[in-house]
Amino acid sequence: MSVADYAFYLFAMTTVVGGFFTVMARNPVHSVLWLITAFVGATGLFVLLGAEFVAMLLMIVYVGAVAVLFLFVVMMLDVDFAALKAEMAKSLPLALLIGVILLMELGTIFGVWQFSDGAEAARGAVTPALDVAHNTQALGMILYTDYILLFQLAGLILLVAMIGAIVLTLRHRTNIKRQNVIAQMHRDPAEAMKIIDVKPGQGL
Amino acid sequence: MIEFFTTTNLGIALLILGQCLLIVVPLLVALAFLLYFDRKVWAAVQMRKGPNVVGAFGVLQSFADFIKYVLKEIVVPSGADRFVFFLAPMTSFVLAMLAWAVIPFNDGWVLADINVAILFVFAISSLEVYGVIMGGWASNSKYPFLGSLRSAAQMISYEVSLGLIIIGVIITTGSMNFGDIVMAQDGKGLLSWYWLPHFPMVFLFLISALAETNRPPFDLPEAESELVAGYQVEYSSTPFLLFMIGEYVAIVLMCTLISILFFGGWLSPVEALPDGILWLFAKIFFFFFVFSMVKAITPRYRYDQLMRIGWKVFLPLSLGWVVLVAFFAQYGAFWGTYARWTVGG
Repeated sequence: MSVADYAFYLFAMTTVVGGFFTVMARNPVHSVLWLITAFVGATGLFVLLGAEFVAMLLMIVYVGAVAVLFLFVVMMLDVDFAALKAEMAKSLPLALLIGVILLMELGTIFGVWQFSDGAEAARGAVTPALDVAHNTQALGMILYTDYILLFQLAGLILLVAMIGAIVLTLRHRTNIKRQNVIAQMHRDPAEAMKIIDVKPGQGL
Repeated sequence: MIEFFTTTNLGIALLILGQCLLIVVPLLVALAFLLYFDRKVWAAVQMRKGPNVVGAFGVLQSFADFIKYVLKEIVVPSGADRFVFFLAPMTSFVLAMLAWAVIPFNDGWVLADINVAILFVFAISSLEVYGVIMGGWASNSKYPFLGSLRSAAQMISYEVSLGLIIIGVIITTGSMNFGDIVMAQDGKGLLSWYWLPHFPMVFLFLISALAETNRPPFDLPEAESELVAGYQVEYSSTPFLLFMIGEYVAIVLMCTLISILFFGGWLSPVEALPDGILWLFAKIFFFFFVFSMVKAITPRYRYDQLMRIGWKVFLPLSLGWVVLVAFFAQYGAFWGTYARWTVGG
């Protein structure tokens, strides 16, 4: 076995074990930490596949930002997990039924899965060979040159979704005091304070 | 003998291990003296003497502190999550060390010469927030938790502008490899380094780096007057030492990044002098001095001010700069200063 093989088994095991404990952990914060472990394992797998740019993005976006938000939410939530677990026991048969159906559906799909003859060539033709351009460059060419309109439209949709979410949650309360930064910065010590020479025993 | 280290699996593993040690050990030793230097600088600014007892002029102070930290008892607060409590400082330490794998110290002197090196460093530094969050949460105490929440929000906010500033450098170079970035700054000595074309961003990067590493004036996660000492309150002995080393290694890394991205890495400032590793060390040392002077002379920011600067000033500025640099690079403005594409284009 080469070093890459060992690395594959290491990362694959990390991902699977991380995923398993994400589901099994009793403490929700531990659950998120295991999820992060699974993400890091997946990053390693991406690197082994030669997709280093995607790997780093996964690390920066998912592990560095999204998982931090998860962790925040889970830490702040005051959820009684014992009660939740008790509730869960009641709906376990239904959940099992759904799980089995999903598994059967997936099995059916993969049973009849077929690649068209041209699929391999079509996938290979998208990116130039590694000695012509790096992965990052090839991705850039595809996103910003070949499919610029689709890429920008996707970005625009996300922007609209973000603005929508902000508009939905924004409340303008009238009876609170707001900061005026410009006014704060232009305060003059000579106008804002008065120095008084207090005589002993007199007070103000 | 050479064949053993280049062909067999065990040999390659040993070789990589040796190279890792070659980076980590000098780094830690240098850190001991940098810590001493840091304290001497504050002392000088505040007209104190600073550490002056252990060794000549106190130079061995850090080693004495190290022995003290290691020999003290480890106190675990009751109700703490023991596993996460000890995982946090280790994460902090390991992640801080990890980023050095892709830093080049001289032409070709780099442990892992990967083509997304800058993204790797960025990814690792975005993970560093976990040490802080886990430490704060696992301590099962109010102040550490508040400190860690602040720290997480702060680090995420400033990562955004750091990333955008870095994108400007990437656009100019056309590569994400540190070696390429440095070599793109080769030419007329100090005038062809990136600090000149990316002049405003040098300051933004420096300030964001201060915030990212929780240094004063942005040391709100450990603001001792409000939060006792933030996320590290409950830590003692070696775990505290690991947090401390992690923090300082991250600071030195930021100094290195500024040197490499904007000040030509190992290139010499004057054309007549030879390039070399000593120039990089000199630059790192200079920026470390800037960091400690900032700590000594600035008062701490208020938390809402910090957030406002991050999101309402730095983010729009750096985003606008990316657009501007992309424009300059595309149309070859300023005699092609902004388009030094070495690979592809």
